[in-house]
Amino acid sequence: MNAAVLDHHEGEGPRREPSTAPGHGTGGPAAKRIIVGYGFWVFLISDIIMFSAFFCAYAILAPAIADGPSARQIFDPNSVAVETACLLLSSFTCGMASIAASQRNQKWTQLALLVTGLLGFTFLMLEVHEFTGLLLRDYGPTRSAFLSAFFTLVGCHGLHVTAGLLWLGTMMAQFYAKGFRRDIQHRYFCFSLFWHALDIIWVAIFGLVYLVGLHL
Amino acid sequence: MFGKLTWQAIPFDQPIPLLSAAVVGLVLLAVLVWIVAKGYLPYLWREWITSVDHKHIGIMYCVLALVMLVRGFIDALMMRSQQALAFNAPGYLPPEHYDQIFSAHGTIMIFFVAMPFLIGLMNFVVPLQLGVRDVAFPTLNSVGFWLTASGMLLVNLSLVIGEFARTGWLPFPPLSELKYSPGVGVDYYLWSLQISGIGTLMTGINFVTTILKMRAPGMNYMRMPVFCWTALASNLLIVAAFPILTATLAMLLLDRYVGFHFFTNEAGGNPMLFMNLIWAWGHPEVYILVLPAFGIYSEIVPTFSGKPLFGYRSMVTATLAICLISFLVWLHHFFTMGPGGDVNGFFGIMSMIIAVPTGVKIYNWLFTMYGGRVRLETPMLWSIGFMITFVLGGLTGVLLAVPPADFVLHNSLFLVAHFHNVIIGGVLFGAFAGYTYWFPKAFGFRLDERLGKAAFWCWFIGFYVAFVPLYVLGLMGMTRRMQHFGQPEWYPWVLVAGVGALLILCGIALQAAQLVVSIRTRQRRREPTGDPWDGRNLEWATSSPPPLYNFAVLPNVEQEEPYWGMKAKARESLRLSAEPHYEPIEMPRNSATGFVTAVFAVITGFSLIWHITWLVVLGLVGAYATFVVFAWRDVAETEIPAEEVARLDRANRAARAAALQQEVTA
Repeated sequence: MNAAVLDHHEGEGPRREPSTAPGHGTGGPAAKRIIVGYGFWVFLISDIIMFSAFFCAYAILAPAIADGPSARQIFDPNSVAVETACLLLSSFTCGMASIAASQRNQKWTQLALLVTGLLGFTFLMLEVHEFTGLLLRDYGPTRSAFLSAFFTLVGCHGLHVTAGLLWLGTMMAQFYAKGFRRDIQHRYFCFSLFWHALDIIWVAIFGLVYLVGLHL
Repeated sequence: MFGKLTWQAIPFDQPIPLLSAAVVGLVLLAVLVWIVAKGYLPYLWREWITSVDHKHIGIMYCVLALVMLVRGFIDALMMRSQQALAFNAPGYLPPEHYDQIFSAHGTIMIFFVAMPFLIGLMNFVVPLQLGVRDVAFPTLNSVGFWLTASGMLLVNLSLVIGEFARTGWLPFPPLSELKYSPGVGVDYYLWSLQISGIGTLMTGINFVTTILKMRAPGMNYMRMPVFCWTALASNLLIVAAFPILTATLAMLLLDRYVGFHFFTNEAGGNPMLFMNLIWAWGHPEVYILVLPAFGIYSEIVPTFSGKPLFGYRSMVTATLAICLISFLVWLHHFFTMGPGGDVNGFFGIMSMIIAVPTGVKIYNWLFTMYGGRVRLETPMLWSIGFMITFVLGGLTGVLLAVPPADFVLHNSLFLVAHFHNVIIGGVLFGAFAGYTYWFPKAFGFRLDERLGKAAFWCWFIGFYVAFVPLYVLGLMGMTRRMQHFGQPEWYPWVLVAGVGALLILCGIALQAAQLVVSIRTRQRRREPTGDPWDGRNLEWATSSPPPLYNFAVLPNVEQEEPYWGMKAKARESLRLSAEPHYEPIEMPRNSATGFVTAVFAVITGFSLIWHITWLVVLGLVGAYATFVVFAWRDVAETEIPAEEVARLDRANRAARAAALQQEVTA
C-alpha cells in the first residue's frame, strides 16, 4: 500500500473509532428491516419535496384570484376541523394497528386497520364534498390561478390518501391471507410511515392554506 | 373510441419521418426474427428482461443510451445540414419539422442518453465497488429501468404517430400551453418525461439507500471509492430535484388537459413560476449528470497513473459542496427575464463560486498524474480530453455567469456552444471513458484499443470543429434554433460547424466498428483474471464477468483502495490470501414486474396523449394489479449452493494465481 494514502489519516488529532454496528461505519450491510425502512424514508423525503413545489406554486398564486373568489370567501373552518380530526385520529388507530401487528393479533390488527380506513375514507368524502360544493358554485379550478393551485395542492394530498386507502386494503388482505410474515411486517412499517407523513403534510395544508387563508 | 387518434396522425405527406421509421421498424423486426429463429428468446427473457441483477440492468441502461445516442445524433446532423443549406434559402426542413427536431434532440440527449448512460454505469459499478451483492431494492431497480425504456418508446412513437413538441427541450409556457401548442407534441414530451422521471426517482432512492446502508464490512465513508461518493451526491440530487420536475410538469399537464391556470396568460397564471420551478430542477440536473462523470475520471486517472488519487478528502468535500451549491444557482438561466440587479448579483456570484470546487477537482486529477507512470490507453485519453475541454467549457460558463455579459449572450449560439462544451466534454467523454474502462469487467474481454483511440480523436477534434464556430457565431449575434438565416458573414462558420458534426459521425462509426470487431475477436481478447488495467478498487477483485452474487465471500475492507491493498499483500507474500470458507448464497429471484409495469405505463401514457379514456383506466388498473401480484409473492429469493460458489471462485483464483506467478517470474 502506498504510504501517502495511509499517512493522511495521521496527525489529525484523536480519531473517533468508526462504528461497527451493521449499516454504520465499518459494520457491513444493514439488516433488511433497516434497509426497507430507510429507503422508504428517502421516498417520503422526495414526496415531501414534490409537495413543497405545490406549496410554492400556491404561495405565489394565492393572491391571483382574477375575477374569482378569495380564500376567505370559500373556506369552511368547521369542515376543515372535522377533516383534521379524522386524519389525526386515523394516525392514532394506525399506530394501534402497528402494536397489534407486532403482537401478531389478527383480530385487533384488522379492526384497527378498518377504523383507520374508515376515518381516512370520511376525510376523503369531506374533501370531495368541499370540492363539489365549490364546483357547483362555479368556483372550480379553471376559474383563477388561486383556485388552480388550491385544488392541485389539496387534491394531490387527497390523491395520496386515496392511494393510501388502496394500500391499506392490500395490507389488510396480506395480513389476513399470509399472516404476520416478516416481509409483510416490513411493508406495514412503510405503510404506517406513509400514513403519518400524510398527516404532516395535512398539518402544513391546514396551517398554510386554511388558517392563513381564513385570516387574510 | 380512440380519442384524438385518427389516420391523420400518421404523417403520410412527410417522407423523412416515415422512411426513417420504416427503416427502424425493419431493423427491429429483423432483430426480433433473428432472436426468435436462433431460439434466444427464453434466454433473453430469463437473463435480461426479467433480470433483477444490477449488472444486467446496468448494461441494458447503457445499451439504451447508445441506441438513443444514434437517434439524437441523427437529429443533430439534420440541424447542422439544414442550417448549412438554409443561407438565404428555405433548406429542406420546414419550420414546424425543424422545431420538432431541435426539441427532440435536446430531450433525447439529456433524458435518454446522458441519464441512462450514467445511471447504467452506476448500476453496474457501485455495488461492485461497495463490495456487496446487489442494490438495496433489486426489483425496484428493474422497474426503474423499464419505466425509462417506456418513456423512450413514447418519444420515438411520436416520430410516426402524431408529432413531437416544438417548444425546445424545456417546454416554456405560454408557448407550451394548449392555446399556442394545440397538438399532441407537448403531451408526448410531458408524459414520456413523467414516466421516465418516476423511473429515475426510483433509481435515486435505491442508490442513496444502497450507498448509505449497504457497504462491505470495514468500508466506512472515508474508504469509499470516489465514484461511490459522486454517485451518492448525484442520487441525493435526484431525490431532491426530480420531484420538482414531476410537480412542474404535472401543473403544465393540468393546464393543458383540464384548463387550470398555473402558467397561462389569463386568470392570474404566471409563466415565470414555471421558469423558476423548472430550473430549480434543471440546474441540479446538470450536476446529476456531471458528478458521476467526475467520479469516473477519479477512478481512471489513478489507475492509469499508477498512483492513489491525490487529495481524496478534498475530492469528497468538493463533490458535496457542488451537491449543495447546485441548488443555489438556478436563476442564472433567466437573468434577462427581470429578476433585478440584486437578485442577479447574488445568483451570478453563486454561479461563479460553484466553479471553485470543480477547479479543485481538476487540480486533484492533474496532481494525481504528476509524477505517475501515465499509461495513455483509451479510458485515459478520454479523461485527458475531458480535462482540457471541460476547463474551456467552465471558463465560458463563468463568463455567462456575469449578468451583464449574459444580457449580450443569452439565447445565442455562445450559450449553445457552452452547454455542449460541458455536456459533451464533461458528461459524454466521462461516459465513454467509463464504458471503455468497465467493458472488460462486464463481458470478460477488452475493446479494441486502436479503434477506440481513433474514435476518441474523431470525437475530440470533431467537438472543437463543431462547437468553436458556435462560440464565434454567438459573439456575432446568431441566436439559437434558427431554421434559416440571411447573414453572409455567418455562413462560413455554419459550414465549418457542419464539418465538425461529420467528424463526430466518424467517431460514432468507429465506436460501432470497435464494438463489432471486439465482439468478433473476443476469444483472443479474453482476460481471465478479472483485473485488466491493474485496478485499485473492489470491482476488480472479482472475475469478469462477475458471478451473479458478485463476491463469493464479502470482502473485508481495511483501507482506501482495498483491492490495491490485497494485491500488495499478495505481491509481498507471493501468494493469494487463504481460500475462504464458501457458504450458499441467497439471491433475489427474477421478476417480470418491471417489464409488465412498463407495458401498462406505455399503454397509460399513449392513451393519455391521445385522450383515450377507457384505455387510461385499463392501463392504471393493470399497473395496480401488477403491484398486488408482486406483493403477493411467497418466495422472493433463490439459493445458490456452496459448491457452485466454490467452483466459480476457485477457477478465478487459479487465474489470479497464474497471473501472480507470471509477474513474479517476470
